[in-house]
Amino acid sequence: MIAIIDYGVGNLFSLRSSFQYIGADAIVTGDADEIARCERIVLPGVGAFRDAAEKLRRAGLDEVVRREALSGKPLLGICLGMQMLFDRSLEYGEHKGLGLIPGSVVPLAPLLPPGLKVPHIGWNALIFPKDRPKSRLFRFVGEGEHVYFVHSYHASGCEDAVTATAEYGVPVTAAVERGNVFGTQFHPEKSGQTGLNILRAFCSV
Amino acid sequence: MITKRIIPCLDVKDGRVVKGVNFQKLGDVSSPVTLAKHYSDAGADELVFYDITASVEERRLFTDILREVASCIFIPLTVGGGISSLDDFDRVLKCGADKVSVNSGAIRNPSLILEAARKYGDQCVVLSVDIKRVDGRFRVFARGGRDDTGLDAIEWVRKGESLGAGELVVNSIDTDGVKGGFDLEMLEAICDAVSIPVIASGGAGSAEDFVRLFKTIPKVDAGLAASIFHFGEVEIPALKRLLASEGIPVRI
Repeated sequence: MIAIIDYGVGNLFSLRSSFQYIGADAIVTGDADEIARCERIVLPGVGAFRDAAEKLRRAGLDEVVRREALSGKPLLGICLGMQMLFDRSLEYGEHKGLGLIPGSVVPLAPLLPPGLKVPHIGWNALIFPKDRPKSRLFRFVGEGEHVYFVHSYHASGCEDAVTATAEYGVPVTAAVERGNVFGTQFHPEKSGQTGLNILRAFCSV
Repeated sequence: MITKRIIPCLDVKDGRVVKGVNFQKLGDVSSPVTLAKHYSDAGADELVFYDITASVEERRLFTDILREVASCIFIPLTVGGGISSLDDFDRVLKCGADKVSVNSGAIRNPSLILEAARKYGDQCVVLSVDIKRVDGRFRVFARGGRDDTGLDAIEWVRKGESLGAGELVVNSIDTDGVKGGFDLEMLEAICDAVSIPVIASGGAGSAEDFVRLFKTIPKVDAGLAASIFHFGEVEIPALKRLLASEGIPVRI
């Protein structure tokens, strides 16, 4: 069973439908005991970092997610859910994250060459780093396949954890991994067959 | 590199797709679910659903359909039509929409853009604008192109962006239905005025029109059309192959 963490943000409907479609059992829950009983955890999220991090904390779920992840349970953060895996975010001030992957979340705008729009919205191709083996998350996916992004910030200072980038004037951090903790900046649940294949792989790590 | 998006648009009334759908191969062409799956499999990058129903009863039917569509396609889904309050946003987002398109509702009450962007994020709010030339100026029309609002289109899209709209759908009333190509002059003026993604709509009659659109105005992010896709005059896989062969980045 997969726990999709419900803390009041994001389109959880699509995520649950995606898991259903690939034949995986998933529940949307904010209950600590229920989350503890599941084999895998997905941390979704859209919107602003501070609001989301606060909501997660207020529900007492930040500690639950941290504890379960540190116990070795596979965790997948998606979009803002991935950003929350890091030490901190610089979105409108500085805000503390879950600290499961070293690094910071920084605004894209100052990094981009002129003429590129923020948010980075749309389908972009995955590029895998040459100097390390392909991530388990991409075992059913090839380099160059497209996935759907919507974001204005990305993870930085986390080179060791990066398992995929996308080219948008600069290399944008597309996916990260540290032990049993995974993150995708893009939305696998909105990325067609490629995205479903990534969720399939997560179900088997 | 980010790809140019191709977006079919479906008008839904009484739970059925209306406005000329003509697929020989599909069993039930006016089922939104059948058609949405078809487009998703064909490589559409997003789908737009317009709710053109009038009564509350029909609206309920629409949300049922929406839920069914959202549970079987895994690409971004935008929903528009009659959106005039945060409750409307809430209703369609809960059914699985990723973005909500506002038009007349935002003209009546511009703060709807601001409130929705604050609550759901900029990426969720798509400002759709129907534009027509009046005395050599680009003018905003409301209620499906029926009412001249007197608003200047350039000023309105700038205002929409500053209020927090995350994307813009620009529909040319002058070229809509004519199938003579997109309104390049108007699109260029709009693209120069804003820095959010722009989706071009109205006038596509052939695959070549999309090539011309993306080549002439590189700032345009996506092309939206309805009938040419519904009638199979332009097939999405062939369109994307043509765009790729012309050096335009697309997801294939």
